[in-house]
Amino acid sequence: MSTSQNTPVVSAPGQLASAAAIEESAKSFAFTTKLDAVVAWGRKNSLWPMPYGTACCGIELMSVMGPKYDLARFGAEVVRFSPRQADMLIVAGTITEKMAPVLVHIYEQMLEPKYVISMGACASSGGFYRAYHVLQGIDKVIPVDVFVPGCPPTPEAVLDGIMSLQRMIGSNHPRPWRANWKRPSWLRPV
Amino acid sequence: MATQNLETLKNELAQIADSFANRDRFSAFKFSTTPVGDDVLDLPKEDVVPVLRFLKETGRFDFLIDVCGADYPERMAAGGKRFDVVYHLFSSKTFQRLRIKTQVNDGESVESATSVWKCANWYERETFDMYGIKFANHPNLTRILIHHEFQGHPLRKDYYADQQQHCSHALPIHFEPDDKFETKGRSLVPLNIGPSHPATHGTLRVMAELDGETIARANVELGFLHRCFEKMAETHPYNQVIPYTDRLNYCSAPLNNVAYCKAVERMLGVELPPKAQAMRVILSELSRVIDHIVCIGANAVDLGALTTFFHLFTYREMVYSLFEKLCGARLTVSLTRIGGMAQDAPPGWYDDVLETVAKIRNGVDELERLLSGNKIWIQRTQGVGAISAENAIEWGYTGPCLRAAGVNLDLRKVQPYYGYDQLDWEVPVGTSGDVFDRYLVRVAEMRQSLKIVEQVCKNVPEGDWTIRDRGIVLPEKKDVYGNIEGLMNHFMLVIKGLRPPVGDIYDATEGGNGELGFYMVSDGSGRPYRLHCRGPCFAIYQSFPEQITGGLMADVISILGSMNLIAGELDR
Repeated sequence: MSTSQNTPVVSAPGQLASAAAIEESAKSFAFTTKLDAVVAWGRKNSLWPMPYGTACCGIELMSVMGPKYDLARFGAEVVRFSPRQADMLIVAGTITEKMAPVLVHIYEQMLEPKYVISMGACASSGGFYRAYHVLQGIDKVIPVDVFVPGCPPTPEAVLDGIMSLQRMIGSNHPRPWRANWKRPSWLRPV
Repeated sequence: MATQNLETLKNELAQIADSFANRDRFSAFKFSTTPVGDDVLDLPKEDVVPVLRFLKETGRFDFLIDVCGADYPERMAAGGKRFDVVYHLFSSKTFQRLRIKTQVNDGESVESATSVWKCANWYERETFDMYGIKFANHPNLTRILIHHEFQGHPLRKDYYADQQQHCSHALPIHFEPDDKFETKGRSLVPLNIGPSHPATHGTLRVMAELDGETIARANVELGFLHRCFEKMAETHPYNQVIPYTDRLNYCSAPLNNVAYCKAVERMLGVELPPKAQAMRVILSELSRVIDHIVCIGANAVDLGALTTFFHLFTYREMVYSLFEKLCGARLTVSLTRIGGMAQDAPPGWYDDVLETVAKIRNGVDELERLLSGNKIWIQRTQGVGAISAENAIEWGYTGPCLRAAGVNLDLRKVQPYYGYDQLDWEVPVGTSGDVFDRYLVRVAEMRQSLKIVEQVCKNVPEGDWTIRDRGIVLPEKKDVYGNIEGLMNHFMLVIKGLRPPVGDIYDATEGGNGELGFYMVSDGSGRPYRLHCRGPCFAIYQSFPEQITGGLMADVISILGSMNLIAGELDR
């Protein structure tokens, strides 16, 4: 807060105040920071999730949104089912080979900046479905920022994952997996 | 008893043998009763459909519960036929079951049963998808669960479980071939819902063509959550299959655990100690309550009643806390083991259950005050998606959706297990089968389940929570680390696995959505040779295009929610 209420900004009529005096005075109502930091602060506290619940994890994700765990406390309660309006894709559940093209399509429809949370063992690695119709981890098709372990993860674990993502956004952590991402070659171009 | 029925059936079929294409073939009919008491009829593939038609028309069996395949490649070396096609029949009047089996070779086809039962359509498509068995005169014999670019048939024994094949694109909107459909000069608007859509609660895809607000025709695509449950079961020891069953209907995981374990236990011929039975009943009924909570809550959200969702989920969290206390997991508890339970309940748990039951009962009262008399809710649900009892049976409906249509059929009553017949409870039945009746039946069932839990909790039998057969159940940890016999026992059982006798079995329980059945073939080894799951919502969902066609678009969501489709159980 202000330290020098007695310092006059304008010393006398017609005379400009010194730069030092202005800066000193501004402390009473503003603070200085980097633009990046302000933007990051805004982004991390207003994530709009797009829940991509396919299986059991989707049920636990409902609990995360529900009254007891309440994702709203983290500024991320505005659930959007349109990828155009969301910036945090939460993939909750097994992604099968049949679903993979749909998932990529949805990811591509999201606007920048966009983040991906992989919730649970199946989304992260295929889990215990080492099987002919299950994609062995969504990182094979889209870039993932945070993996949340568990089968299914407890709501606390999901909240922890979202907080990790918030830290990452807040510190402008480099995301080479996102920067170097390429559309999987086996997918038909849209 | 079972043998007597089979004898009657044999005589009846002998009388109509003249009407079959080849009378001599009747001598090839094999009637048998398995050691566990299942009636089985083996017959040549040409006679399957005539026999099915006879059984249906004479009213002996009104349900085609399921059709599945099984692969026996070693039979080919002996000059036999490679595949079995298995039909499961059930009668809602006498509550008897019959399994009809026929053998077919690779490349041969069986006559499709769709001309007898409508619901054979998807069952046969699934069998084709998994095994490549062809069904002649099937209206639409295409893949159903696996993606359209997949090469081969994965449940064949020569397909590797972990051999994935990528899919390059999703299919455009498509419909089943239908000669009778005409656009009649209307300009129809195509509509696609899903597979990622909030109202589908998972991975369903509904495709429709609209004439204004009316659905002119509709189709569904499934398989977006086909996680290869059956192949995984074939590659894992019996006890390790239990966690996979959790993930079938993940809204009520313990019900699936119980259903699977009960099938294996019946195969092994073991009787559970009373305490294990009581624990299973408590877990099952609590699960049924939360299953109905998810169904009603989600259905109401889709129609705009968000309060119900938040309100009901408070009670679901309470049940999850109980599960967590019992075993550490919330959703996927895997608490049953073949032969009993994994562990005893902690001290005071039953009192906690009673306390929670009282709270949930209040919650159900409040739910009724929110919805049952709510004008909007009634207008959105009453008369929507109505189905007659005959049509519901024809489609293979079971569970709350069937009972809402006025059929009093609950496996807990008609084929009692775990002492359900000793308890005081009733089967709620509706009249019209519409969405509102389904809702009412579910609410009434929640009350009945709470009543059952209370009765059992107040009267938990003393004793062990598992059998102590060394060939089936692992010894307790204190024995494994404490003495050499325990260690050896543990060692042998882990290496060899428990081994049910050679044979096959079909066993069903009342799941959250209806008849949850497991058809299992054992070759005497430590893993199931074949495990087929009959998920109740697979049959129910099949009627969905018929149910919504001609109706309003807004009703699609209402009907979809009332069917309680759980993708894990639908696609397996």
